[in-house]
Amino acid sequence: MHPAPSVIIFSTISGLGFGLMLFLGLGLPDVNGWVAAVFATVALGLAVIGLLASTFHLGNPKNAIYAFSQWKTSWLSREGIVSILTLGTFFIYATLWAFMDMRIPALGYLASALAMTTVFTTSMIYAQLKSVPRWNTAVTPLLFLLYAAAGGALLSNQMTVALILLGLVFAFQSLAWMQGDTALTRSGSSIETATGLGGLGKVRLLEKPHSGKNYLLQEMVYVVGRKHAAKLRVLSLLLVALLPALLILLTEVNHVIVAVIMLSHIIGLFAQRWLFFAQAEHVVGLYYDAR
Amino acid sequence: MTQLPTSTEKKLGLVIDLDTCVGCHACEISCKGWNTVEYGAPLSDMDAYGGDPSGTFLNRVHTFEAKAEGCASQTVHFPKSCLHCEDAPCVPVCPTGASYKREEDGIVLVNEDKCMGCGLCAWACPYGARELDQMAGVMKKCTLCVDRIYNDNLPEEDRIPSCVRTCPAGARHFGDFADPESNVSKLVAERGGMDLMPEQGTKPVNKYLPPRPKADVNGTQMPALEAQSEEITGFLGWLDRTLEKI
Repeated sequence: MHPAPSVIIFSTISGLGFGLMLFLGLGLPDVNGWVAAVFATVALGLAVIGLLASTFHLGNPKNAIYAFSQWKTSWLSREGIVSILTLGTFFIYATLWAFMDMRIPALGYLASALAMTTVFTTSMIYAQLKSVPRWNTAVTPLLFLLYAAAGGALLSNQMTVALILLGLVFAFQSLAWMQGDTALTRSGSSIETATGLGGLGKVRLLEKPHSGKNYLLQEMVYVVGRKHAAKLRVLSLLLVALLPALLILLTEVNHVIVAVIMLSHIIGLFAQRWLFFAQAEHVVGLYYDAR
Repeated sequence: MTQLPTSTEKKLGLVIDLDTCVGCHACEISCKGWNTVEYGAPLSDMDAYGGDPSGTFLNRVHTFEAKAEGCASQTVHFPKSCLHCEDAPCVPVCPTGASYKREEDGIVLVNEDKCMGCGLCAWACPYGARELDQMAGVMKKCTLCVDRIYNDNLPEEDRIPSCVRTCPAGARHFGDFADPESNVSKLVAERGGMDLMPEQGTKPVNKYLPPRPKADVNGTQMPALEAQSEEITGFLGWLDRTLEKI
């Protein structure tokens, strides 16, 4: 699948924002006044920047308002609705907390739950697609939630929790890649089932329908840069989980170290999300003898 | 809107005969022509006269080769467009309600006045039947020529999809699969009409007729030529010997 920068930025940055909301909603860290205001602004800022970025890949944004209407069937619609609810709830909670010194735990828990629900709805947009076998697994939502929570723990300075979450990220990301590499084969779809010609023997594409490019190939049969995938996987795990974990364990964590940890985590996260898209094979590629 | 109907009164769709299709691409071109001037936003081309042209098509013709071990290969031309699936995965994912499947005849359509061009329906379709028009920014797909088949202003013989009307080989058939006595239902029963990627669980309405079995796939193969063994004389012989020495 095409790794559109807008979608990568959206899912990573907003994930971090909603992850931070998870902890702030739980009352962590235990701060108030302007410090709480700064934390809340960072959380809202990241979530809103991410959500705005997601609108950049729309072909016809003037109709985006209708996207809140189909919550009965569409995960994308649910994501839109839940994200607005989350932002609203968290905004009220944070305003009362930071400016009126009135932290309402119940409202905070609600904001935390909504924040994780938003991340879950985002992940289901991908996980629901049978046409992309690599994404069509329960590990997809699990990973999105883990990444968001781990990033939120780092941002909210909950380093012990962060260590556990980074460990889980490491484990489940490795599992996702191992499973993912055989997902298309295991899905049972092949050029033979795609064409229905398997009965005649081994099938191959003799001639493409057109000599140029097309939307399908650009959007769903994206293969550029895949050759670097193995290196990027190692780099991503190193930066997203290992280096932050080592810094937490081996150094006295201060503001400079936290900045280094966040920078490392975010770069690793971009690499991970790029791979998530670039390595996802859509079954339509079978009609083009490509994966 | 994006909830799929549990059943539809009619199941309108196409039968595509892979035995008969000659791969001329006429269906593709007539589709492009009709749908550029009729229903919804035109099917645009980008850089049409430049070095890197591309464009929106609702129907594309691939050509495949099938070869069994020890047999000669067979060439199969393969037109592909929306299959108007009963369990269309493109419809429920739509966030705006632009995508829908009609209860009366099962046609899957896009309401361009609601489409925001997010492209998720194209991702959900395993067949590559939907393309986001790069100029209009809205999703385009086969309408089964809904603006022809019910159009009383057209002569009766034209009230079929443009691709079917155009096909010079008679490889495309249009009809109602809900009626077991229809032309398409009979063809499917007689010729073993099949679904594409049945494992995706989409229950396509359109069916493909596999190529008829050949009596002898290898029958038309020429025997391999014997290697040239006799001594070559004259100029060619001299050339052969000289080249050998170099």
